[in-house]
Amino acid sequence: MMSSSPASGAEPAVSVRDLRVVRGGREVLHGLTFDVPRGSIVGLLGPSGCGKTTLIRALVGVQIVRSGTVTVLGAPAGSAGLRRRVGYATQSPAVYADLTVAENLRYFASVLRAPRSDVDRVIDEVGLGASRDQTAATLSGGQRGRTNLAVALLGSPELIVLDEPTVGLDPVLRQELWELFRELADRGATLVVSSHVMDEAGRTDRLLLMREGVVLADGTPDGLRSRTGTPDLETAFLHLITEKSGSPA
Amino acid sequence: MSAAVTFATMRRILAQLRHDHRTLALLIGVPTLLMILLRYVFDQPMLFDRVGPMLLGVFPFIVMFVVASVATLRERTSGTLERLMTMPLGKLDLLLGYALAFGLIALAQVGIVLVISLTWLGLDLNGSLGPLVLVSLLDALLGMSLGLFASAFARTEFQAVQFMPAFVLPQTLLCGLIIPRDDMASWLTAISDVLPLSYAVEGMQEISARPDFTGTLAVDVAVIAAFTIVALVLGAVTLRRRTA
Repeated sequence: MMSSSPASGAEPAVSVRDLRVVRGGREVLHGLTFDVPRGSIVGLLGPSGCGKTTLIRALVGVQIVRSGTVTVLGAPAGSAGLRRRVGYATQSPAVYADLTVAENLRYFASVLRAPRSDVDRVIDEVGLGASRDQTAATLSGGQRGRTNLAVALLGSPELIVLDEPTVGLDPVLRQELWELFRELADRGATLVVSSHVMDEAGRTDRLLLMREGVVLADGTPDGLRSRTGTPDLETAFLHLITEKSGSPA
Repeated sequence: MSAAVTFATMRRILAQLRHDHRTLALLIGVPTLLMILLRYVFDQPMLFDRVGPMLLGVFPFIVMFVVASVATLRERTSGTLERLMTMPLGKLDLLLGYALAFGLIALAQVGIVLVISLTWLGLDLNGSLGPLVLVSLLDALLGMSLGLFASAFARTEFQAVQFMPAFVLPQTLLCGLIIPRDDMASWLTAISDVLPLSYAVEGMQEISARPDFTGTLAVDVAVIAAFTIVALVLGAVTLRRRTA
């Protein structure tokens, strides 16, 4: 079962303080600070190249950071104790192309010491039952993406970090995946989900709008709408950009 | 370190090979084919008896080097290595998983080449079979661990494939296979003294010449094993949990 630990509700699932990351000699994250409350779905939104993936890599502890702190479930990101408590799916599917869906999941489940039954559970959750014995190389892009997502759900992690999990999926599947994310959050997991599609932003509990390595806005979707006085989030985003560039530097 | 994770990794690599029939066929078939060619190119049983065992040490080394360097590079470029590094998997679990899986493949490879060499090709062995299998297996593992290590320095599969001639061919020239090492210029002998393949070939020469497990052979086995372990440890050092 999910360890929801509602008692420690005060402590955020993720806490980032003044995070700076330099990649290829260029600073790509310029001192980010934010919290992710437990049991919520936080959307990480922004155009391609704004630093979403770098931030996500920092959350799971595979990114070398210049300065600042990233605390995940009370421990420094990437520390050994977190490796079974954080699920991570990269944007491009990180699965073995020459193994079947079930073989991939069985391997990752044994690495995570997750129960055997988890394999069937996650295959069910992402709706891949019909292709479980197909090699990943022969799957469609969307199916491969869902296999990738399924790996992140193995072992019922407390924090699930997903980089663009819905890219290239048809609207019905996207809808189903967001329902799954909500179900996971209801069971007590915390989700950080990145996307560059604005219409997905409304499904989150909290939004982090990013642009060029800074957080433009951090709040609930409703809060952002009312703050900018715009009905939809796409316009709200544009509003925030002009507001930012309009203000004296 | 966890035995369960190491074995799971071994099973996963073997499952990957099971799905890839062509690679499996090449792994087993190519050394056999080369051995058959060698026998009929020389067409002198005496010469084949001398060179055959040496090549039995060199072929698994080369094949495993190539396969291991490309396999680990794929693991790096496909993102599966990064994913594993976020999971409770020790670096040695991964490397030993590779060593076990490729060790088993090498055993099958050497076994089939040996059976064909000893029967059809009429290879006449003075030494015993046990040490021969041991040294071939160690050579395969040596090739694998060097391949794993070399792959850390390759960014693309193009580069990884180029490492084969770069790492392997100079050793093949210097190891005593073509010209006895004592007949080479002293500076070349000195270089060959620090290259692992020289000991692989020397070990095989010992086995084909003498029936007992000689002191020289023991030294050769120890040197090959030491090179393998050092390359594996260096390989583990090149696996990084955090990258730029």
